[in-house]
Amino acid sequence: MQASDRFNINSQLEHLQAKYVGTGHADLNRFEWAVNIQRDSYASYIGHYPLLAYFGIAENESIGRERYSFMQKMLLPCGLPPEREED
Amino acid sequence: MASVDPEIAKTQEERKRMEQQLASLNSVTFDTDLYGGSEKDSYLTSIPANEDDENLDAMDNEVARKLASYTAPKSLLKDMPSAPESDADVGFRKPQRIIDREDDYRRRRLNQIISPERHDPFSAGEKTPDPSVRTYADVMREEALKREKEETLKAISKKKKEEEEAAKTAPPQQQQKRRNRWDQSQDDGGAAAAPVKKAKTSDWDMPDTTPGRWDATPTPGRVSDATPGRRNRWDETPTPGRVADSDATPAGGVTPGATPAGMTWDATPKLAGMATPTPKRQRSRWDETPATMGSATPLPGATPAAAYTPGVTPVGGVELATPTPGALQGSITPEQYNLLRWERDIEERNRPLTDEELDAMFPQEGYKILEPPASYVPIRTPARKLLATPTPLGTPLYQIPEENRGQQFDVPKEVPGGLPFMKPEDYQYFGALLNEENEEELSPDEQKERKIMKLLLKVKNGTPPQRKTALRQLTDKAREFGAGPLFNRILPLLMQPTLEDQERHLLVKVIDRVLYKLDELVRPFVHKILVVIEPLLIDEDYYARVEGREIISNLSKAAGLATMIAAMRPDIDNIDEYVRNTTARAFSVVASALGIPALLPFLKAVCQSKKSWQARHTGIKIVQQIAILIGCAVLPHLRSLVEIIEHGLNDENQKVRTITALSLAALAEAAAPYGIESFDSVLKPLWKGIRQHRGKVLAAFLKAIGFIIPLMEALYASYYTKEVMLILIREFQSPDEEMKKIVLKVVKQCVSTEGVEAEYIRNDILPEFFRNFWVRRMALDRRNYKQLVETTVEIANKVGVADIVGRIVEDLKDESEPYRRMVMETIEKVVTNLGASDIDARLEELLIDGILYAFQEQTSDDANVMLNGFGAVVNSLGQRVKPYLPQICGTIKWRLNNKSAKVRQQAADLISRIAVVMKQCHEEQLMGHLGVVLYEYLGEEYPEVLGSILGALKSIVNVIGMTKMTPPIKDLLPRLTPILKNRHEKVQENCIDLVGRIADRGAEFVPAREWMRICFELLEMLKAHKKGIRRATVNTFGYIAKAIGPQDVLATLLNNLKVQERQNRVCTTVAIAIVAETCSPFTVLPALMNEYRVPELNVQNGVLKSLSFLFEYIGEMGKDYIYAVTPLLEDALMDRDLVHRQTAASAVKHMALGVAGLGCEDALVHLLNYVWPNIFETSPHVINAVMEAIEGMRVALGAAVVLNYCLQGLFHPARKVREVYWKIYNSLYIGAQDALVASYPALEDEQSNVYSRPELMMFI
Repeated sequence: MQASDRFNINSQLEHLQAKYVGTGHADLNRFEWAVNIQRDSYASYIGHYPLLAYFGIAENESIGRERYSFMQKMLLPCGLPPEREED
Repeated sequence: MASVDPEIAKTQEERKRMEQQLASLNSVTFDTDLYGGSEKDSYLTSIPANEDDENLDAMDNEVARKLASYTAPKSLLKDMPSAPESDADVGFRKPQRIIDREDDYRRRRLNQIISPERHDPFSAGEKTPDPSVRTYADVMREEALKREKEETLKAISKKKKEEEEAAKTAPPQQQQKRRNRWDQSQDDGGAAAAPVKKAKTSDWDMPDTTPGRWDATPTPGRVSDATPGRRNRWDETPTPGRVADSDATPAGGVTPGATPAGMTWDATPKLAGMATPTPKRQRSRWDETPATMGSATPLPGATPAAAYTPGVTPVGGVELATPTPGALQGSITPEQYNLLRWERDIEERNRPLTDEELDAMFPQEGYKILEPPASYVPIRTPARKLLATPTPLGTPLYQIPEENRGQQFDVPKEVPGGLPFMKPEDYQYFGALLNEENEEELSPDEQKERKIMKLLLKVKNGTPPQRKTALRQLTDKAREFGAGPLFNRILPLLMQPTLEDQERHLLVKVIDRVLYKLDELVRPFVHKILVVIEPLLIDEDYYARVEGREIISNLSKAAGLATMIAAMRPDIDNIDEYVRNTTARAFSVVASALGIPALLPFLKAVCQSKKSWQARHTGIKIVQQIAILIGCAVLPHLRSLVEIIEHGLNDENQKVRTITALSLAALAEAAAPYGIESFDSVLKPLWKGIRQHRGKVLAAFLKAIGFIIPLMEALYASYYTKEVMLILIREFQSPDEEMKKIVLKVVKQCVSTEGVEAEYIRNDILPEFFRNFWVRRMALDRRNYKQLVETTVEIANKVGVADIVGRIVEDLKDESEPYRRMVMETIEKVVTNLGASDIDARLEELLIDGILYAFQEQTSDDANVMLNGFGAVVNSLGQRVKPYLPQICGTIKWRLNNKSAKVRQQAADLISRIAVVMKQCHEEQLMGHLGVVLYEYLGEEYPEVLGSILGALKSIVNVIGMTKMTPPIKDLLPRLTPILKNRHEKVQENCIDLVGRIADRGAEFVPAREWMRICFELLEMLKAHKKGIRRATVNTFGYIAKAIGPQDVLATLLNNLKVQERQNRVCTTVAIAIVAETCSPFTVLPALMNEYRVPELNVQNGVLKSLSFLFEYIGEMGKDYIYAVTPLLEDALMDRDLVHRQTAASAVKHMALGVAGLGCEDALVHLLNYVWPNIFETSPHVINAVMEAIEGMRVALGAAVVLNYCLQGLFHPARKVREVYWKIYNSLYIGAQDALVASYPALEDEQSNVYSRPELMMFI
């Protein structure tokens, strides 16, 4: 950790990660980042009602169903994590 | 004329200085040169080499406000020189030991023994507990035994006392005969032994003079019984033998400590058997480390001292064991306390084995139990055991002590391995760390112990970083270390008598962290922990109490209710009141942590305990503490709580009845104004109680009723009040202080209740009330005083001003000053609450007369009461004061001329209080006159008085306006300019307020040249400690610049940027920004930017800083200037100097935040391109400024733009680069998570993973 980080939120990366799940770090891989992106996206769709309505019309589904399916997709948005190559 | 002025000023200065020196001789003032007055502290002692720290303030992320008035940035106002006291406590304040501020009651915590761990039935499951562990049953048995012992001892002591009394009647000859053989032999040898010699022999007397008493020692109060009320230096070091001696041998009484030799003998209490001659008792380090402890510390031989210095001090401990602490209160040092406690502990462990225990130890066969010989009498106390075997072979001859090369004299051993310094008293705990053993040779357990000790020592004595890492390691490895080793190390430390606040705080913190990790593993140690934590609950320090509560609350969550109850149940009927008290408090914390319902069944059982009244008392006390602790949250359980304790009102024990009533009072207070229905059942017994009881119990019952009545409906309240009032009025006369306070409190409660009529109060209560309470004596005790004033004010709220004031107004002329003050305070409060419209002409006259009298007669120092009272009365009378004003002003004028500074100050203060009323009364001429008088007193030498005079002038100017002011402003202001130089805070504040007011309203009365002069003074004032002064100064700058135009001011300020002193430059940059803000930026920017061309670091930085402040102030006005300053910022952001880039970055930040959404994106993107390369800077201030500039850009340009800058480095091959970019990404993400969703890059899918976001492709 740099001396400069003492004063800001990055001073406690662990704490930061615990508080804001979506924040990243230098060792984040492509998959983990993508999962965060996907979940943020779904959360955002669900949070904005007009977007939800838009998707509902586009997919010809009820808004409630859309919301439900988005929430389900947040579980494993990108499928199973890839095998970690040992290094 | 003009040339004379400065000379006059100079001589005046000189005279003032001399007078001040004189004044300092008369009154208690500090020599500011020596002790650092306020002015010296504000100077910098060195000029910073680089400008890093200067820019700390740029971190302050305040949103720029639209400025209604001119003000400096918060950061600057906050970041000014810190208060002088912070310097004072760096080196000189002694760290405070807890024991030094504790009273005797609280010190009783040191008598507690950390009990061995107990059986945990939860982890053991169905298994029968191993006989070696202490189970709940064992503990309960022990408690019962202890109680029995106590009772027996009490009986014995009673008997002894009776015997003694009988003996006293017998002739003294007999006593002589009882003396020991040592004494007798001496008497035989030297019959005419000098008294001095006799004093020396006192030690020899000791063992046997007291055989009769010796057995009785553990009774509390025995020693004090023996020497009733005698306190001489013989009592100081309480050794049982000696005290008895002072009674028995007349010599002791004749020459109490007359010879130093005698003192030596007495001071180090030694036993006959071990009396190695010590030449002289010196307080050395060895005294502080009680060396006997060696045997008691878990690691024997931990303190090397134990082995090498036998019998110097330590033996004292053995001897001290016998007297009970109760007898020793007051004159005992912490070290002795410690000795005592250890001794008790040892005695506890070394108690004689019982037959059952012996049976359990030895095999059944092969042994035969012999009858003890008839002559054998067991010796119970270890001290006696030592005495019984006297020195081997008669008189001890001098022995040459063997030289021991391993002995460490007074030099503490070097602490190995980077451990923090050990204090002498730490050796007994951490001594083992000094043995430089090879760690590898130790067993794993020992290694663990060592590790724990090291960490604890670091936490206790280490530097903050050491402490932090040690604390973290302790927390992380808590489960690995295990509960036992951890607590066995931590808890004794907390019992250390020389503990300081800070150390205790740290250790408690360790416990808290460890608790969290250990969770259910703490169960066997619950009682141990409670023993050390419970005393915190009654500590006088608020934060200690809170900490204690937190620990107990966490402990109960970790251990669970059953364990907590099992651990604390035995203490509920402990014989020691201290233990019961703390246990009750701890239980209330448990209740609030685990919920009251969970505890209710237990409480019910305890409160109904038949076995001992102590248990019932404690149970009811728990309810009281619960009510106090959780307040209105008792409401849901109110009925059950009342039901649990109600039978206590009829208890046979008086203490139980008292505590029950007090608990009911606490419950009612907590529940107010709800819950009357829960108290229905106790009304009757309470009612009956107040007729039956007297004294303390009655007081408690009255208190309960006093708190219940306000919950009632109006009708009932009125009825009950009338009923209870009969008894209250009877008790008005009680001489008991406690009763008085309670009665006053109850009267206050009853009177304030709705439904109690004014008429009733006036006729039935007031006469008696005033007759009994409004007496001089009441004013002498602070608590009585306060309570009486409160109650009277409450009564006045009901019956009106005239009644109350009419009754006490005459007392304003009473001869006792404290009483007058009490009267004045009451009148002030009553009149402030209710106004003065009730007061008729006659009373008004009396009132003013009385107040004038009281005001003039006051002599004491805390005279604000009189001042406030005067102000309140005059203000509430308003225009009716007019006829009295000449008289009042006459008094003021006369007092302004008084010799005493205090009187002058009060007179001036009074003017500021009544100025508004004078205006209301149209007494402008009078005010003008006062103005002139005050003006003449501006030469005042006492700063406190001068401040008040300035304040008075200010209030007059405020009221009558600039034009009508006399003396005219043009004369007044030049007189104020030199006063601005005064460094006294009060003077500065009042002066700058006055000057600012004139600059705001009447700038045109003063020539511009004078204002310029004032500007220079103001620059200095920006360094003031007090925020109010800095704020007023900054505002004044704005007013002046507005009044005389920016050019001249600016020229001066820009010149000032060249000065060396950093503080001055900072102030100047603020001033420039303020001027720019006041007179529009375009009047200032050209000159400012021109100044940037000066090839000098300080100047350029000053300009940049001004720009930064400027853009912070002007906010969205900045959009007109952003293109103008962009080239300058470009240059600064590319400069080689770090501070240039840093300051420019903070200017960019303010600019970006100001113009967000105003269409300046092109310029901002351009600037961002210059800012971005700085992200790899490592200097903390620079990188912070850069990051904040980027944050500002996020707001102004949107998150998407910044994300695009970010993407290039998130997966950069170099880790250092990635780290920085992720840091930026994180703050971006935290700031605008939702906005990022739309702009994330489209990732390609991999074989099994879908990364694309098809929803975003949908299109209708």
